[in-house]
Amino acid sequence: MNIDSIKNGIVLDHLTPGKGMEVYRLLGLDRLDCHIAIIKNAPSRKMGKKDIIKIADDIALDTEVLGYICPGATVNIIKDGKNVEKKKMSLPEKLVNVVTCHNPRCITTTEQELPQIFALTDHERAEYRCIYCETLAKN
Amino acid sequence: MRSVIDIKELSVSEIDELVSVAKDIIANPEKYAHKCEGKKLATLFFEPSTRTRLSFEAAMYELGGNVLSMASAASSSASKGESVADTAQVISCYADIIAMRHPKEGAPMVAAMNASIPVINAGDGGHNHPTQTLADLLTISREKGRFDNLTVGFCGDLKFGRTVHSLISAMERYEGVKFVLISPDELTVPDYVKRELDKKGIPYVETTDLTAVMPELDILYMTRVQQERFFNEEDYLRLRDSYILTPEKLENAKSDMIVMHPLPRVNEISVAVDRDPRACYFKQVLNGKYMRMALILKLLGL
Repeated sequence: MNIDSIKNGIVLDHLTPGKGMEVYRLLGLDRLDCHIAIIKNAPSRKMGKKDIIKIADDIALDTEVLGYICPGATVNIIKDGKNVEKKKMSLPEKLVNVVTCHNPRCITTTEQELPQIFALTDHERAEYRCIYCETLAKN
Repeated sequence: MRSVIDIKELSVSEIDELVSVAKDIIANPEKYAHKCEGKKLATLFFEPSTRTRLSFEAAMYELGGNVLSMASAASSSASKGESVADTAQVISCYADIIAMRHPKEGAPMVAAMNASIPVINAGDGGHNHPTQTLADLLTISREKGRFDNLTVGFCGDLKFGRTVHSLISAMERYEGVKFVLISPDELTVPDYVKRELDKKGIPYVETTDLTAVMPELDILYMTRVQQERFFNEEDYLRLRDSYILTPEKLENAKSDMIVMHPLPRVNEISVAVDRDPRACYFKQVLNGKYMRMALILKLLGL
């Protein structure tokens, strides 16, 4: 299957296979008006299979959450058909409205307008805890 | 605006400073009797806890300040559905500092994020209760004269006991501290607490046998097995009675060991132990008031 390479835009590469749609939703790509391709289960030498998202528009995109959803993901900025920046994503320090706290005693269960914020507390184990009640995020 | 939500937010030097102010308050109460004149403490207790509220109120009165208090959670605006964030902003218009107790974990943090005055967490559910830990630390400092090179035994409910986790995280920062964790198998310290100790190379042992480890201890911190943590009465009753401290059990203890307990107790320390000079739990209550005074002064910048 062939998908055209893009001239200007962003390529989210090395996404964990099967996670493409989740990334699409979490990054708010569903709200964009531009040409976007989601490629699922593309063959990968490194990973066996991977998902890829190509966005054919030069937009500002906060991709920090990728480091949490797809460890090892890369963000490539394409300008005039050239890859001008390749960034390997690492675990973000904070996750805002990505994970929901499942502790029934947490203040976020009664005050639902509060943002769900989780902070990275153990880098090696990739552990995130709710900033309000310190409950561990469930993957 | 500085608030105190979790004991870990206070550095070792800040704790030393609070302890030394508290000791100065004890030695020279008249020097502090008018420090908070014209200042108001709002005690927002969304969950009943008479003793903690009275301790905060007594602390503020002894500093010459005033107290604004709500009658009960049922009569507050929270019962009308007001958010913690809004309450914090409103109370900021009336008072100079807030002490908040709330049944939901993290509520005082939300208050601190929205208030324009300092917020002290006076207990958020089973989560944090930093001023209890401050009371514990002043007691250790006054009774043992140091925080380092101590063997601290914790006994009872080490799984849900928030006072235990907080005191461990405060004490692990001192040199030569060793922990002895005494509990039934069902109520051992959570893995994440042990992982932190392992990571920092802090020695600890886990045991079910209180009598065997008694001679090693410099401090024995007893806790209550809380009924509300159990789903069935049978388990609660069995575990409640696993460790009861009696004068006989104390026979093997060091003569200068101290017995601590965050109170209230049910039956885990027999009343006969109260007469033992090593019993320090009522001193802890008094020390709690002094540390709350020191903390109020610090947060108000006085």
